[in-house]
Order: sequence, then structure tokens, then C-alpha cells
Amino acid sequence: MRISLDIWRQKNPRDPGHFERHELADISEHMSFLEMLDVLNQRLVTEGKDPVAFDSDCREGICGMCGFLINGEAHGPLRNATVCQTHMRHFKDGDNLRLEPWRAAAFPVLRDLIVDRSALDRIVAAGGYIATRAGSAAEANAILVPKPDADKAMEAAACIGCGACVASCPNAAAALFTGAKVSHLGYLPQGQPERMARAISMTNQAHAEGFGHCTTIGECEAVCPAGIKLEVISRMNKDVIKATMTGRAADVQPIAALPPSTVTRFFESEKVAKES
Amino acid sequence: MPLDAKVPSGPIESKWQKHKFDMKLVNPANKRKHRVIVVGTGLAGGAAAASLGELGFEVLNFCFQDTPRRAHSIAAQGGINAAKSYQNDGDSVQRLFYDTIKGGDFRAREANVYRLAEVSVNIIDQCVAQGVPFAREYGGALANRSFGGALVSRTFYARGQTGQQLLLGAYQALQRQVAAGTVKQFVRYEMLDLIVVEGRARGIVVRDLVNGAVSSYVADVVVLATGGYGNVFYLSTNAKGSNATAIWRAHRKGAFFANPCYTQIHPTCIPKSGDYQSKLTLMSESLRNDGRVWVPKSPGDKRAPDQIPESDRDYYLERIYPTYGNLAPRDVSSRQAKNVCDEGRGVGPGGLGVYLDFRDAFKRLGRKVMDERYGNLFEMYERITGEDPHDVPMRIYPAVHYTMGGLWVDYNLMSNLPGLFVGGEANFSDHGANRLGASALMQGLSDGYFVLPYTVGDYIARGGIAKIDTSHPAVKDAEREVNERTKRLLSIGGTKSPDQLHRELGNVMWTDCGMARSKDSLTHALSVIPELREKFYKELRVTGTGSELNQQLEAAGRIADYFELAELICYDALQRNESCGGHFRVEYQTSDGEAQRNDAEYAYAAAWEWKGVGETPILNKEPLVFENIHLAQRSYK
Repeated sequence: MRISLDIWRQKNPRDPGHFERHELADISEHMSFLEMLDVLNQRLVTEGKDPVAFDSDCREGICGMCGFLINGEAHGPLRNATVCQTHMRHFKDGDNLRLEPWRAAAFPVLRDLIVDRSALDRIVAAGGYIATRAGSAAEANAILVPKPDADKAMEAAACIGCGACVASCPNAAAALFTGAKVSHLGYLPQGQPERMARAISMTNQAHAEGFGHCTTIGECEAVCPAGIKLEVISRMNKDVIKATMTGRAADVQPIAALPPSTVTRFFESEKVAKES
Repeated sequence: MPLDAKVPSGPIESKWQKHKFDMKLVNPANKRKHRVIVVGTGLAGGAAAASLGELGFEVLNFCFQDTPRRAHSIAAQGGINAAKSYQNDGDSVQRLFYDTIKGGDFRAREANVYRLAEVSVNIIDQCVAQGVPFAREYGGALANRSFGGALVSRTFYARGQTGQQLLLGAYQALQRQVAAGTVKQFVRYEMLDLIVVEGRARGIVVRDLVNGAVSSYVADVVVLATGGYGNVFYLSTNAKGSNATAIWRAHRKGAFFANPCYTQIHPTCIPKSGDYQSKLTLMSESLRNDGRVWVPKSPGDKRAPDQIPESDRDYYLERIYPTYGNLAPRDVSSRQAKNVCDEGRGVGPGGLGVYLDFRDAFKRLGRKVMDERYGNLFEMYERITGEDPHDVPMRIYPAVHYTMGGLWVDYNLMSNLPGLFVGGEANFSDHGANRLGASALMQGLSDGYFVLPYTVGDYIARGGIAKIDTSHPAVKDAEREVNERTKRLLSIGGTKSPDQLHRELGNVMWTDCGMARSKDSLTHALSVIPELREKFYKELRVTGTGSELNQQLEAAGRIADYFELAELICYDALQRNESCGGHFRVEYQTSDGEAQRNDAEYAYAAAWEWKGVGETPILNKEPLVFENIHLAQRSYK
């Protein structure tokens, strides 16, 4: 099949960027979308041009590293799938596709289709865990978890942290991502002691990172490759309200040290280059 | 050089307890003055970094991905073994120990494997406490499933995403330490060399993948938990970015590389569909619990699977291995799949596939139960192939999956280079010549949560580690080497992309050193690989510069190392004149085609010493002594 691509090219975080047109013939419908880009890159390298930079790792939809917009849709047209799992059979011969990186203030572009998602790590660092010392755990079956709760926790825990929810949200909110972690841990008996503090610190961190507020539009749920449901946001909001009403928000511990954004390293190196 | 595994004395049941008591401890107030570098953020690296940080050490943790949660442990589907014996079906630490040694075809070190089985129960406790959402029974207790190579049900799982959930548990523990300030997280950094000072591993040279800057970090201890080297075959189930550079660079600096020829070919992967293919996708072995493997009885039978009646089907695993049937271990199942395809009975494009059929299980259990067990795997298969396993049997074929070999380590998981510890798939320690399903997650977490935090502390407490900083000449030398290598890769000016050249190497490795190896095929590979390596340094083209985000440069550096590692794998396979586990030499098989070990001559771990590019490496041997297990022909019939 023939495919034409308009791809976002941006050399570095400072470059304003532009779209670049590429035509591909002889694309097999059995190729994955990323393999199609591999073919393009192979050609670009042979011609001595800069290949398109994009993130990917496991290429089976679980690591969450890949992701960009195809014609404005996060991860492309296939539901419940990442772009690495989307095969060319889902497109038509002669399709014109526009590829852009995730667009959000909290996800600065590093190069072409690659963005800096380190803000999501900092949201988890703010409280997305159950504090338990290695070696101190009680016998596993001493904690019985009703199967429906365990299943719900698993559903929320399936989030792959790709950032598609943020990229699709008109407010660039990270509510689905944050809600998924708050819900996963909140469904389990082990997660109760820190539940209120967790909801407060994680949402505070999300706001500090520059993610917007949730206005329940639901674009995030529609594009989520892991099938995370909007209800996780309601659960998170409920925990935040409860924590605030009961005064538990005051228990939140300040965070000592968080790593800086990846993108800051680019600007730092630019500064060093200028000074020397 | 004699290799001392430092296995503690005493009966096997009490070795680890005794050893823990004999260890020296670091004063809690001094821990923060000792820096530990951990490279890798998978189950072993993530768990080790989090646990060492929790103990109070200053931890620097590196990964090449954009966040620690992407490490390839995340892709493990099926489950994690533990000797909890919740099913009351006769399991015990002793039995898990025995199954693992036997599954590894009697080529692993007894004491390490026993410790692994022993701490397996603590792993489950730890993960549950962290909130890992394991599958549950209706009564609220943990559920189990069976896995290959075992007759008991001891595998814990979280849908088909067990690796993901265990990794997120470790990742969350790690982020907690990041927030507490004990762990400094370095994402999008790649380790490009090991710094050795006065015989001790003292630091690493890294390239910042965002801006290309090369810099160094020194520490008291370096822990490598950087995964396996399966991508040397080009196509494998590993992630695109999985690589051997960290362990290979350490090997070049003196760390011994053990048993590189023990590579595992996983029997249930989705067959390759074309030359553009960038990776192979695994379908969890857990599917073999309810799926039946078969091919047509007669070669060239082109009928659709539902048109082939029962009488014309050969359920070959059930036929050959009546006791274990479809749950025969991975190496055995892979080899049989190759055999039936070699006989012309393979299915699908090119005849490189066998059926994994769920028809009977759907009848027996119904669609709902089956989807609860395997729903995400069925979806994954359909997404890739466009075929729905509810309607047609899956087509599967073996693919490179896991590497049992890795850097040689002693009982403390320390390499022959003092101060260099190696955990998870990156070391060689626990799986012998073949790893059983659901044991990789167990080993990664055992190393990370329960072994390294003790042994690293003991090494530091014993003292003698001189104070150094990054102005040390050894640091500058290592940086210079890294910069020169980068310059060389950028200046070749050929016409071929790194991937193109890697594919050629992969073809040679798969053909000559894959599922079946022979003296001839290995000799052939050893003559071709140096030529390919030369070609690589002539025809490679890396676009762009070293001082920017440059994915071609990253790939080129990793592939350059494969061209050296591939040769070592073949040397190792050639010297091992026996068949065992994942290493099958066609000259050494029983009359019915099973692997024929030679315990009298080859019951040792082969630990190779680097002598230079194109030079013959030196073989050091660690004899394997079996005091608790009787060596037997491995039979799953």
C-alpha cells in the first residue's frame, strides 16, 4: 500500500519545528505502524538524512514508551491499543497521515515525536506507593482481598503511563493517570493507611507540574490503550474531598528531592556550550 | 584462574541464614556516606536501588528509557513462582529447588538455587504488601496457576501482566526513595563504560541521551542489572532497546562472562511475518495450561485447521511426553516444534509455525472463564495477526527469549571484579542451561530485594575502598575511550543503517547458533562473524552528531558490542561438547532426540576472560558440585 506522512520535525526543545512530507510505497499491511517508520528511517539514513526520532521499546503495548498523535488521535485509530500494536491493515491505501508528538505544556518536546514525560514520575513519587520496608511484610495470605476489589485494583493498575490521556485532554490534565494510581492502591486494604494523604499529594504534584484540571470530558478514556475507566477520576476526587473535609490534607508530608525534568538537561547543556 | 564461588559451608538449608549472620554491617549513621551505583531499573535493578536507598545508602540509579517503569521486566506475562504451597499439592522450598535445578539441566550452582527457592516466599509477601494486585480466589486468598516444568501449581499472577505489576511495585518503592532523597534517578542515560581503579569497580561512564554529554560517576559499588543479550540474534522477544552494552563493557574491563551459549528459545511466540519485522512477540507459556499444541499428521496438509479431523492431527507434545504433555519445558517444546516443521508439517506462511488450539478448553470452561484467564493475550494476538483465537487456533513458533548466561558472579552476586555486583538476567547464576517459566521474575526480585541489599552492605563494611573522585586518571581514560568509540562510529561514512547490519549478524546467529548447533555450524559462524564485524566498521552510516539526541548512534554502539559478543557465544557453544537445556548440539543427543549431557566432562560453568577484539578468549571453569541433588537424565516423559 501507499502512505503519505506529514511528520512533525523538531531538532531540539528550542527549535520551533515544522511538518515534513514523506511518501512511502510498498508498505505491507502486516507491518506495525512503527515498523513502517523503521522502513522510512532506513531510507532516510541511506539518503544521508536525519531519521525521524520516536520513542519505543517493548513494541508489544506494555512498556508505555511509544506514542504520538496520528491525525490528531493519540496512538491512532485502533481502540485499546498503543501505536506499536497498530498494524497497517487498519489504514487504507493512499491514506495521508499527520504525525505529531503529544502536545501538553507539562510534556516539552525533546526531538521530533519524543517528549519529556518525567512529570508523571514525579506524580508517583509524591505518593503513588504503599510504604513497606523490604523484608518486613506479613504472610501474604494474612491479607485477604475480596476478588471483586482485587479485580478492580488490577483494572486501574493496568495503566502503562504513556501519557495519551494528557495528550488528548483539552485541559492537558493528568487526571486519568493520577486517578488510576489512586484507585489501584485505594481499592486494596494495604493501601488504606496512606489513602487520603496519597490523593492530596499526588493531585497537588500534578497541578504543580502544569497539568490542567479535569472537566470530565472523557477524551482520555476514549484513547487509553490500557482501558482505564473514567470512574478512577471520580474515586480520586472523592478521596481528595474526603481528605480535605476531614482535615487529613494537613498530614501530607513535604517532598524532599525530586529529579528535574529531562528537558532541563538540554537547556543546561546549551548554557554550558555558550559559556565555554 | 581459579574461581571461588564463596559458597558458605554447612547444610544447604542453613547456608543463607548462616551467611547473613556472618556478614559485616555498616553503621546506620555512615550508610549515606557510601555511594552505590545501580544500572538498570527492572525487577532486579529497581528493587535493589529501592532497597539500598531504604537502608540509607546514597544510590544513583540509571536507565536508558525515559522512566524507570519501562524496563523490559514489564513485558513478562505469565507469573512468578514461589514455594508457598497454598494449593496443598506437595510443593515446598525443597521441591522448587529441585525443579529449578532439573529444569536448568543440572548446570546451575546448588547453593544459589536453594536460596532463590527459600526467599521466593518472602517475595510474594513483599509484593502483596506493596499492593501488587495478584489474582485472587473468591475467598480472597491468592490464586495460583501451573507453569512448564512443574507438577505443582505455584505460579502467582496478575492477569497476563504479572511482570508489569511486579515492576510497578518496585518502581513505586523506588519513587518513594527518590522523594525521600536517598535515590537519585538518572533517566535517558546510557552506561558506556566501567571504571576500574586498583582492581575494583569504582564507577561508570555515561552518555546523557538528551544532549549527548559524556560524564562519569564514581561510587563504592557498581551494581549492573541491565538484562539479557537476546537481541544479539536481532529478532527476539526482547524490547527494541534491550542491549548488552553495560555487561559487555564490564566484560572488556575484566569481568568474566559465563555460559554465554545458554540462550533460551521460547516455544510460544507469534511467527515472523516479513523482513521488516523489528521484534517477535511472546504469547505467555501459561496458555499451554489450556491450549493444545498440534500440527497435521502428514506433511504438506494445507487444509484450514477446522477442516482437519482429530484423526489427522498430531498433538505431538502429548504424544511424546505423556506426563508433562503441553507443559513440557521450554527448550524441549521449542526443539520439538522445530522438528515437526523440519519434517514439513509446519503451518502458516513458510511452514514455520504450529497450532496452539483452545477449542477443547472453550468447550470445557466456556468463553467467560477463558477470557478471564487469557483475555488480554487473545486480544494481543488478534491485534498483531488479525486472527481471533476464539475462532481459529493460534499459530506459534519458537523465538529467542531469555539468556541464562551473563556475567559470572559468586554466591554474593559479585563478579570476579571486586565491587562489581550483577543481578537479574544480566548474571548467570540461577537458571543453569535453561530457565523455567515464571522463574525470571522470581530471580530478579530475589536478587533485588533480598540478596543484593545484604551482600553489597557486607562488601562496603569490609572496607578497603579508597576515596577517589572523577579527576582520577582511570576515570579520564575511560571517558577518552568512550569518546573515541563514539567518534569512530560517527566517522565511518558508509551507506548502511545500524539495524541493517545487525540483521545480517542475527541471521548468522539464528542459523548457526540457534535451536540446533553443530561443530560445523559454529565453525562457520566463527569465520563469518569477524568478516561481518569488519563490514560493520566499513559500511555503517550514523547520521547526525554525538552532541544531540541521536538514536542511530545509540543503536550503533549497542550493535558494535553484539559483533564481539556473538563470537564469544559461538566459542562457548563450540567448546561445550554436550547438549544441555537451551544449548543443543546435534552431535550429542540420545537415540530419541533428547539432549545428551556429559556430566563427567562438562559439569562446570564456563567463565570467559576477554583478551581483545578478534583474540581467542580464555576459558576459566567453575566446577559444579551436586551434594543435594542426584544428577539424572532430565526426562519429562
